[in-house]
Amino acid sequence: MTEIIEALQFTFMRNALLAGILVSIACGIIGTFVVVKRIVFISGGIAHAAYGGIGLGYYLKVNPVLGAIVFSVASALGMGAVQRKTRQRVDTIIGVMWAIGMATGIIFVDLSEGYKVDLMSYLFGSILAVPSTDLWIMLVLDLVIVALVASFYKELLAISFDETFATVENVPVDMIYVLLLCMIALTVVMLMRVVGLIMVIALLTMPAAIAAQFVKDLKKMMTLASLLGVLFTTTGLWLSYFMNLTSGATIILVSGAVYVLSLGLKPLLRHPELDSESVSSGVS
Amino acid sequence: MQVTKTPREMISIRHLWAGYESENVLEDINLSVWETDFIGLIGPNGGGKTTLIKVLLGLLPPSRGEVHVAGKSIKEGRRHIGYVPQVVQFDRDFPISVWDVARMGRLGQRRLLQRYTAGDNEIVAQALRRVDMLDLQDRPIGALSGGQRQRVYIARALAAEPEILLLDEPTASVDPKVSSSIYELLSRLNDHVTILMISHDMSVMSSHVKTVGCLNRRLFYHGAKQITPEMLEAAYQCPIDLIAHGVPHRVFPEHVVEEVHS
Repeated sequence: MTEIIEALQFTFMRNALLAGILVSIACGIIGTFVVVKRIVFISGGIAHAAYGGIGLGYYLKVNPVLGAIVFSVASALGMGAVQRKTRQRVDTIIGVMWAIGMATGIIFVDLSEGYKVDLMSYLFGSILAVPSTDLWIMLVLDLVIVALVASFYKELLAISFDETFATVENVPVDMIYVLLLCMIALTVVMLMRVVGLIMVIALLTMPAAIAAQFVKDLKKMMTLASLLGVLFTTTGLWLSYFMNLTSGATIILVSGAVYVLSLGLKPLLRHPELDSESVSSGVS
Repeated sequence: MQVTKTPREMISIRHLWAGYESENVLEDINLSVWETDFIGLIGPNGGGKTTLIKVLLGLLPPSRGEVHVAGKSIKEGRRHIGYVPQVVQFDRDFPISVWDVARMGRLGQRRLLQRYTAGDNEIVAQALRRVDMLDLQDRPIGALSGGQRQRVYIARALAAEPEILLLDEPTASVDPKVSSSIYELLSRLNDHVTILMISHDMSVMSSHVKTVGCLNRRLFYHGAKQITPEMLEAAYQCPIDLIAHGVPHRVFPEHVVEEVHS
């Protein structure tokens, strides 16, 4: 216990815990859409395209986050457009963007003069080195995401569940979809610097996927996913602190372990009477 | 501006050609759907059933011809259509309740940033009551049987307060008992709502619909209750020139149809 209080004396630890909470909120909300709409791969593509932007930022000597925002939003818009137009081989195009984005980032850093940044730090991030200003940026991002999702909730739900029906009901499906992709892009970029690319994808998918097994309502799923994210980042951080492990990787493994456990638990938590009852009353 | 005595033409299809890239799936389709019609169109797979639905919903622009819904262009007129898709197209794991699915029928009445109103909720409740699903409103959609889910999608379509119901294979993947209860429901709804239904299963369909047609690239529709061997032969084997007397005429009420065929 005293060790925990000791650890909390350090600003880096307090900031890391706060960052974990703020990251979890954004990831829980956006991750829910990513999981139910089955666009994990698209999110990965956007995230890796952002990597190219970081390299470009270093090359042009502008803020790399700015480069990442431009790249990821552009790739989100591009992917949205490609998906609308062709409907074919989307996964191929995403794979191509994924690879090219990464390679571009590395080449730009090679070409940059002077100090060579370690791009690895953008892969796994450095949650233990989050400055207070970044916490404020993340808080604003969380507020923006909550506001957007609350405002467009019925449309986001509709396009996630049944795009065709939403189209027929004259919902601006393309616009809402691009809005979702842009929210994914912004989430990825803002959080990448803090916790790393891999952890953003991990936190976008795993808490939401676990939540999906236990609740059958999108809003509850967002809440549960956010809470799970907080649990995982906090647990992971303490584990890494006491066992002297890499924090990002520890958080991911904690999430992964719970995810695997939840898959095993799921059959035990099913309501058998729910299924049988619904089948019999359906015949009436 | 129509004379009040004449029934309204709810869907009007004139010389419609449609398809993908350069290949036409629908050829020279002509169809008039009148108010309170209950039309079943049957046809083989690949005969253009889905394509026709896509055109009617404005998801696929026709390559030639004219389509009007409730006298308006498709984009305007599709708000009068309540669309009931095939059950099988859904993700059973999607975390959503019966109520939230049915309420999507109100989306067309609400703009962006507008919330659903108490009036919307009343209409949704009424729609669920009409299909006997109000008691299960809190159930996740994935926990329902196929027949129950089909009812929820019908309720969702009804929540839009449509003048036309457009159903795509409404009884695919449900057992015969359930499917006949769905058809009974549709017959009841047909008092107020025009119904156009597309299916490959003509056995169950023919006893409930008022008129039938065959669709296989071309449409063979006489506004009659019976499918003649000629229609079937034409639709399924050699879809040629019979279209000449497939010109749709007025659909008469049921007893008149019987006279015509006696």
